[in-house]
Amino acid sequence: MKDVRILHGDLSPGGAMTTFSSAHPESGAIVSFLGKVRPDREVEELELKHYAPLTLKGMEDLADEALERWPLDGILLHHRTGAMTPGDPIVLVAAAARHRRDAFEAADFAMDHLKSDAWFWKREKRADGWHWIEPRAQDHSDLMRWK
Amino acid sequence: MSVKLVFLGKLADLAGTPEKTAPAPLDWKGLIETLSGPLAETVRGEKVKLALNGAVLPDKSALAANDGDEIALLPPVSGG
Repeated sequence: MKDVRILHGDLSPGGAMTTFSSAHPESGAIVSFLGKVRPDREVEELELKHYAPLTLKGMEDLADEALERWPLDGILLHHRTGAMTPGDPIVLVAAAARHRRDAFEAADFAMDHLKSDAWFWKREKRADGWHWIEPRAQDHSDLMRWK
Repeated sequence: MSVKLVFLGKLADLAGTPEKTAPAPLDWKGLIETLSGPLAETVRGEKVKLALNGAVLPDKSALAANDGDEIALLPPVSGG
């Protein structure tokens, strides 16, 4: 089972995990990762833009790839878009499997790909205005782990 | 007879708008001509990709858009 969403409003990790867990009574292991807007003294606001025809399709393809690579019962990818402030949840990834190792690896795989090649553009508001965030070299090396 | 242009990320700042229309049909040369100085220069750069109706073009110079099509101009992603 695949639960892939782009959320324009609040991301509720508690509710989403309860639903995901109930949907997979057969799974002995569920691993989840919650990413939050990192508190930074200089950042007042963070804004994510996406392009629906590419972004959602890309996330669906990523979920399918994880389902092919590991024997999962289900995968969940929820990503916020729009304006956020430090401390807000921005991404929730969860993988359900019979055993924990597959669930850990699939969640890690999904996060590395969401962080580096998902179709999102991010900008930060600091005291001197808005700044677009450029890709980081670390994101590329994170991806190479899965080649 | 028009094509919709969608500017993502910093390209929207350079364009001064998130969207605009251009006369159809539109090819790569026509697209560059319809964009102004710094924006055209950035779009020409190898880091910017184009998507036609939601599909990324392997070779943007092969762009061929017709009436009703949507071209997205995509700078490098910053990731989620």
